[in-house]
Amino acid sequence: MIAVVDYGVGNLFSLRSSLRAVGAEASVTSDPDVIRSAERILLPGVGAFGDAAAKLRETGLGELLRTEAGKGKPLLGICLGMQLLFEKSYEYGEHDGLGLLSGSVVPMEGKLPPSLKIPHIGWNALHFRRRHPLFRDVGEGDCVYFVHSFYADDCADSVVATAAYGIPLTAAVAKGNVMGCQFHPEKSGNVGLSILRAFCESEVWA
Amino acid sequence: MITKRIIPCLDVRDGRVVKGVNFQGLADVSSPVELAKYYSENGADELVFYDITASFEGRRLFTEILRQVAETIFIPLTVGGGINTVEDFDRVLKCGADKVSVNSGALRDPELIREAARRYGDQCVVLSADVKRVDGEFRVFAKGGREDTGLEAIRWIQRGVSLGAGEVVVNSIDTDGVKRGFDLEMLDAVCRAVRVPVIASGGAGTKEDFLRLFQTLPDVDAGLAASVFHFGEIRIPDLKRTLRAHGVVVRL
Repeated sequence: MIAVVDYGVGNLFSLRSSLRAVGAEASVTSDPDVIRSAERILLPGVGAFGDAAAKLRETGLGELLRTEAGKGKPLLGICLGMQLLFEKSYEYGEHDGLGLLSGSVVPMEGKLPPSLKIPHIGWNALHFRRRHPLFRDVGEGDCVYFVHSFYADDCADSVVATAAYGIPLTAAVAKGNVMGCQFHPEKSGNVGLSILRAFCESEVWA
Repeated sequence: MITKRIIPCLDVRDGRVVKGVNFQGLADVSSPVELAKYYSENGADELVFYDITASFEGRRLFTEILRQVAETIFIPLTVGGGINTVEDFDRVLKCGADKVSVNSGALRDPELIREAARRYGDQCVVLSADVKRVDGEFRVFAKGGREDTGLEAIRWIQRGVSLGAGEVVVNSIDTDGVKRGFDLEMLDAVCRAVRVPVIASGGAGTKEDFLRLFQTLPDVDAGLAASVFHFGEIRIPDLKRTLRAHGVVVRL
């Protein structure tokens, strides 16, 4: 069973539907016991980093995720859920993340050529730095759907793929059983579904 | 490189997809779920659903159809039509919409944009404007293009963006249904005025119209059309191959 962590951030309708479409048994939950008994954990998220991090802290779910990930349970963060895996975010202030990956989340503002719009929104191609089981069915240059204004930086040790938007933006990260996608696999058509399927099926993460 | 998006628009009334020419003379085309599935498997980058029903029963049916669509296809969905309150945002977002497009509702109450953006994020709020030339200026029309609001369009769009709209769909009433190409002059004025993604609508008749749009106005992010796609006059995979052959970056 896959636990989709529900901590009151974002809309989980599409994620739930897409997991159903790949044949996964998923439970959208904030119940620590369900998360503990799950084989894999998905951390979604849309919205502000500070609010989301505070909710994870207040509910104790953040600590639980660190514990479960520490036991080697596969954990996949999506969009803001990926950003929360890092040590820090500088989104309107400075906030602590879960610290499962080294690096920080920084604004695109001031980093991109001025002609490029923020947020980075739409379909962009994945450029792989290395192969990874999560992307076993994804090819170099395949497009996925992004919506974000902040990106993970200083994370060379975990970067799996980037997307070109004036600069290379971190698109996918992985370190052992802890993985993240900046884009939305649940909105990226068949390419996205193949990533979710790989997360639900794979037993090896290196 | 971010790709240029091609977006079919599905007008839904009483559970069926319809398309007007100059907003009148609606004709039934197909089932929303079937059409959405077809498009998502045939190159559409995103889908827009407009609810053009007025009745309560029609609205309930639309919401149910939206849920079926969102359970079946996994590309971004934008929903518009009859969005007048934050509760309307909530209703369609819960059924799987990713973005919500406001038009007349925002003209009546611009604060709707600010409130929705605060609650759901800028990326969720799309300002849709129906624009027509009147007395030498661009005017915004309300109620599906039937009512001149007297507002100058570029200033209205700028105001909507400053209130929190994360994207704008600009539909030219002058070129809509005429199939002689997008309204490049008007779109250029919009692109110069705002820094959020601009989606061009109204006037596409051929693949070359899309090519001209993206080549002339590189700041336009997406092209939206309905009948040329619904009636098979333009097939999206063909369109994208043509665009790519001429150097426009698209997802194939």
